[in-house]
Amino acid sequence: MNSPAATSAISNSDSDDNAQDRTPSEQADVCIVGAGPAGALIAYRLANQDLDVVILEAGPEFSDADRLTQQEQHIRPGMSDPWKMGGQRDAYTTAGRGYPLNAARVKGVGGSTLHWQGMVMRLHERDFEMKSRYDVGVDWPIDYTDLRPYYAAAESALGVAGAMDNPYAPPRETSHPLPAFPPSHSDSLFAPACETLGIDMHSVPNARNSERYDGRAACQGYGTCKPVCPSGAKYTAESHIQKARSAGAHIIDQAPVQRLVHGDTGEAVKKAVYMTPDGTEYHQSAQRFVLACGGVENARLLLLSQSDQHPDGLANTSGAVGRFFTDHLFAGVGGQLDEPTRQNHVGFNTSECHQFYDDTSPVEGIKLEFLNYAGPSPVNKALTADTWGDELLEQLQASYGNHIAVGGLVEQLPHASNRITLNHSETDTHGNPVPHVEWSIDERTSRAIRRANNIQRRILETLGASIEWTVGPDSTGPAYHQMGTTRMGTNPNQSVVNADCRTHELSNLWVVGSSVFPTGGAMNPTLTIAALSLRAADAIFDTL
Amino acid sequence: MELTRRDVIAALTAAGISVGAGAMSIELTDFGGSSGKSASNTVSPVTNQGSTATEGLSEAVIDLLDAVAAVIYPSTVENRREFVARYTQARTANRPAYREGMVDAAVELDAVARDWYDTPYAAVSSSTADTLLDNLGVDTADPIDDGTISEQIRFYLIDDLLYALYTTPTGGSLVGIENPIGHPGGIKSYQRPGINTDSNQQSNE
Repeated sequence: MNSPAATSAISNSDSDDNAQDRTPSEQADVCIVGAGPAGALIAYRLANQDLDVVILEAGPEFSDADRLTQQEQHIRPGMSDPWKMGGQRDAYTTAGRGYPLNAARVKGVGGSTLHWQGMVMRLHERDFEMKSRYDVGVDWPIDYTDLRPYYAAAESALGVAGAMDNPYAPPRETSHPLPAFPPSHSDSLFAPACETLGIDMHSVPNARNSERYDGRAACQGYGTCKPVCPSGAKYTAESHIQKARSAGAHIIDQAPVQRLVHGDTGEAVKKAVYMTPDGTEYHQSAQRFVLACGGVENARLLLLSQSDQHPDGLANTSGAVGRFFTDHLFAGVGGQLDEPTRQNHVGFNTSECHQFYDDTSPVEGIKLEFLNYAGPSPVNKALTADTWGDELLEQLQASYGNHIAVGGLVEQLPHASNRITLNHSETDTHGNPVPHVEWSIDERTSRAIRRANNIQRRILETLGASIEWTVGPDSTGPAYHQMGTTRMGTNPNQSVVNADCRTHELSNLWVVGSSVFPTGGAMNPTLTIAALSLRAADAIFDTL
Repeated sequence: MELTRRDVIAALTAAGISVGAGAMSIELTDFGGSSGKSASNTVSPVTNQGSTATEGLSEAVIDLLDAVAAVIYPSTVENRREFVARYTQARTANRPAYREGMVDAAVELDAVARDWYDTPYAAVSSSTADTLLDNLGVDTADPIDDGTISEQIRFYLIDDLLYALYTTPTGGSLVGIENPIGHPGGIKSYQRPGINTDSNQQSNE
């Protein structure tokens, strides 16, 4: 696990931990736990309607002024994690295949959008009906048409650059708010091979400004989108936190919530108990509470809030809290061509393929990505070489220029045995049991990964590339999309929240984010997180 | 390949330095000159400057940094000394902790050269300068800012100067990429089939 300590030489301009007022608001209509995209969007929408909103964020508020320093921290070996994840604050344990939790999330104002890549696709219609259509997983309590207007609103909020050139995408009424990024030279190399194979390429929707939008700059091509965008072109939820703050919301950073406390009847939450850097415990009361702290911490906080009335954790009569933990699996094949492929100029993709997503054998969704960052960047290679001078240059020239690869995401269906629990044998900074992540993939997921690999290999072979590596079932890893641990449903005995993301058991408690996904498809989840959050915000507003 | 004023700005940008304001401003108008060494074996020892030093890196430190760059940069790089001097001066301005680390590493390297060869590092031959780094194990050392002498040299001297070079359009172009990661080279280059020498040096296109 990484150490959160900054190096003594290169450090960020952290604000004084104790200088800010972190006392609770006397009166709050809504208390939101977590300042990632779900929490930020809800906070802005509700604060903008004159509600008193408080956000409690476990991590710090990072300064925009440090993004170039953080970029250097990312590129140069021997520097600290630019987002300071790790250490006892973020301790966890894992079993099964193992899950690299602290590489997969960021605690801070902006949440994991601080380090995300920014691909934003809508789920397909079939993703909401996997049980009805294919007798796998479960159906969502809503369908695509329910979410469709919120998808459009989410695309406007995030500033999605895209085009209506995807024949496999679900129906939409409006174009994207920004034009798609043009295809790369590398995409043009793939095109003839894909045409030969009858494989359709189309643009990638990116939450990244192809031109100036919403007060943020256009992409400047730093090439380090994941994990740091120094230009501000990539959307982060800091944007909506600032809007919420301007609308009157109170943001308290470095305030990890320890537990939620309910009233005497156990039917409603009364307060959130949080700690501040000086060791003080505060209680924030509110009429409504929203958990928006990620696929692991949402479940963990419900489990940590167990009481006599809720001995297995809040909202957990179903036993589903923490269960059905799913992620997307990466599949990829790469090699080299005998011509320049122009990789690593930018850190995002411009072409993808949804053609195989809705296939039925297997039913697991497969999304293909034509990578613009195959092979090592010369900068990274130079900094990890054990030589220098002309010899290093020769190595760099040999290692850069001809790499090419097709990646992709593969769906994992939910299993109760993949789960988040509390590990009482280890504790975090505040003495709470750490999350224990049990995660494995089954044979049918492996089969879907192999199918993705077969398609990817055919493309590269047709292209004439020499294939040098395959990320298949044995070497695959998670795409860092934690889903499923507080699943949405209509039956309180089988799910944690209803279609509005409100818990079945506590009338004033909502849970938002990808933890509510009953199934996860194979699309990057953040646009769906945003759409569901905007929908939940409307539902919350209607109750006040 | 000639390192230019734009490359200095690009390297500083990648290092998080905004060029042109206050103490970070650097004189770039007279950019140019040879890549040869200016130091002789009579140069002053590299000495600690203290964390409160405000006058910038001493000439002796710059001499040493340029000697390191002569070893680790490709031989085809021109205007090396100017690039190194202007980059490191601006890079360490207003960063006393980093400047102190860089100077400390330079002091250690210079002391080793004087111990082993009775000559300042900046004045030993290029092959000796290379061998000395090899013999210290710097080539395989991890970059650790508060590590062993070799690890500190790797962190503050080798990696810092390599980072500066290979995040520039000129350094990247040596390898075949005019918009390396860390450089805000715009969104045109990824669409082109090859290096466009006309826009090779353009930033923020």
